[in-house]
Amino acid sequence: MKIRVGHLYPDYLNIYADRGNIAVLTRRAAWRGHELDVRGLSIGDAMDPAAHDLLYVGGGQDREQALIAHDIAAKRDGIIAAAEAGTAILAVCGGYQLLGRSYRDFHGADLPGVGLFPLETVAGERRMIGDVLLECELDAGVRRPLAGFENHAGRTHLDDGAEPLGRVVAGFGNDGESGYEGCRVGRAVGTYLHGPLLPRNPWFADWVLAQALAHATGRDPEPLEPLADELEAEAHRISARRAETRGGRY
Amino acid sequence: MRLPVPLAAEIAAARAAARLSRLAGTGGGTTVPGKLLWKLDPSAVDRLAARLPLGSALISATNGKTTTAAMAAAILERRVRLAHNRAGANLVSGVASALLDARNAQLGLFEVDEAALPEVAMRLRPRAICLGNLFRDQLDRYGELEHVAERWRTAVTALDDRAALVVNGDDPQVGELARAHSNAVVFGIDDPRQGRSSLQHAADSKYCVRCGTPYEYLTAYVGHLGDYRCPACGHARPALTVRATEIELHGLDAVAFTLALPDGDQRIRLAVPGLYNVYNALAAASLAHALGASAGEIVTGLTRFDAAFGRFERIAVGDRRLLMLLIKNPAGANEAVRTIVDGAAPRVAVIALNDAIADGRDVSWIWDVDFEPLIPGLQMLVATGDRAAELALRFKYGGLDAAAIDVVPDLKAALDRGLELTQADGELVLLPTYTAMLALRKIVAERGFVRPYWERAA
Ligand SMILES: [Zn+2]
Repeated sequence: MKIRVGHLYPDYLNIYADRGNIAVLTRRAAWRGHELDVRGLSIGDAMDPAAHDLLYVGGGQDREQALIAHDIAAKRDGIIAAAEAGTAILAVCGGYQLLGRSYRDFHGADLPGVGLFPLETVAGERRMIGDVLLECELDAGVRRPLAGFENHAGRTHLDDGAEPLGRVVAGFGNDGESGYEGCRVGRAVGTYLHGPLLPRNPWFADWVLAQALAHATGRDPEPLEPLADELEAEAHRISARRAETRGGRY
Repeated sequence: MRLPVPLAAEIAAARAAARLSRLAGTGGGTTVPGKLLWKLDPSAVDRLAARLPLGSALISATNGKTTTAAMAAAILERRVRLAHNRAGANLVSGVASALLDARNAQLGLFEVDEAALPEVAMRLRPRAICLGNLFRDQLDRYGELEHVAERWRTAVTALDDRAALVVNGDDPQVGELARAHSNAVVFGIDDPRQGRSSLQHAADSKYCVRCGTPYEYLTAYVGHLGDYRCPACGHARPALTVRATEIELHGLDAVAFTLALPDGDQRIRLAVPGLYNVYNALAAASLAHALGASAGEIVTGLTRFDAAFGRFERIAVGDRRLLMLLIKNPAGANEAVRTIVDGAAPRVAVIALNDAIADGRDVSWIWDVDFEPLIPGLQMLVATGDRAAELALRFKYGGLDAAAIDVVPDLKAALDRGLELTQADGELVLLPTYTAMLALRKIVAERGFVRPYWERAA
């Protein structure tokens, strides 16, 4: 099966090794006989809401985020329509902030966001930097851990009733206070966790792939064939231990 | 209120601390006395520096500052006695230690941490500052590139008008600093044959410093360093005062180039490889020239230069050799990989990834390194260090067969494994991060193959 991926602003938003996430999705799809067809969507490119099974948005430095902010606002309707039609979305760090309603930067200026995630982000004085461990329950009754690294000045506040990606076991999370991290709306997930996120969290990589395949086939998400993930498990174990021993706290 | 302590007493106490630290074997004592002095009286650093009859010169860069400083020292030390933080302790305390160590020094030559530059410059009031490059490095520690650039602008603005500012014109953010200072020297490479057609994946500063439009590169040499021009506003590389032309790369052994100084051309042969060392040599030559060194002294110094400790080292271990190249950020690691593959792609490599503060706690940078050119030739990768599994995943998802990856977190065991896989008379490639490099050198030193760095530096 061909999985069509739209990678938003790969030239601008790639600060925390976002290509690692793409490499993991590509290989894990290929090992199951699927082909990931990744296309860059940059400034000025049209956003066709039906053209992708998965949209990926990475993180950038403040300067790069400001350079694309105007353009992503112009893609707003296309992104929302894609999400409503069941396109899977993974947004990391800066991409996560940009898909929220708004981002207020250090100087108090407001950058409008896409408004897919029901949240607002305000830049704070201190950066929240360190290893993070989350407990997620993306499928009811199944709790699984996510280990990553966070580095953000933004404090992200979810609206009442919004669904976070997970509960913070160790680390700061969305705002360092709420005890939650990330946001989920259907098949769209936003998170501060990089590292990159997917190599050391193969279950989550497969969850994202399953959502994208569901969009591609028009069926419900189905579990993917298991792979030999010993190395991934070891990397996860060490990353989780780092979070437990030195993850950030106020 | 703190009681004033005479400078001489402070110095004696700090030197005693250095001796104790060396005796205790905790690692050379390269910053202990400086830290002590710093605690006793921060302004003592200013007064120690003010005693230097020829003043101080500072060198900073994300990549290559230790090598550049060592090259500048090789040029200058024939004529003047230097206070030089050779062991790479490059915060204010490290500079203080070097000042304490070097009695009767005439000139201070200090590599300085990028983030510490404004404070060191404020205290030392240097007569020259040499700024090499700004790459993405340890975001968990330094923050975003833009913030470091801002600190450098602050340091340059505060610089005395008569002081020399030496900058790399091939780096857009660094070259731009020359426009803010009257006494500026701009160096760069002028040899399109050595360029790359496109920017590497992890290139930084791709966007015009004035208007944000992506630059067009006539030639890109290392990362985002090259001959750039903004198609929208015309912002371009400044005119070069010192240039490298007619570059010849000789694999892992050497690089030769013509050094075009304002007063004539000199042919230089460096005993270290790679285009990035041409940048280091250009920086060192431009700085030494600004400090009054003759062309002859520059040629002699660069020719007899031997690689800075741990950055690029060949160590004989019995009937095999180790080739060790430090990796610490995407741009530097890309050049290490390029240099190795230009020599001859290795069949076996030991790559060591640690995540202590000095390495960067965030290991995501390894995913931005273009390790791919190594993959086709590798029969076995020994992944080691505290984050060995993470490194192994980088290669697994880069396309290396999992059967060709050996995960051996213990550095000693990994070194032995690598040597065992290397044939007699062969060379084993080691690519360690900073603390892994220190640990590997210690292991090799314990086996009697190399002296500890503080002895070498003395
Ligand atoms: Zn411009």
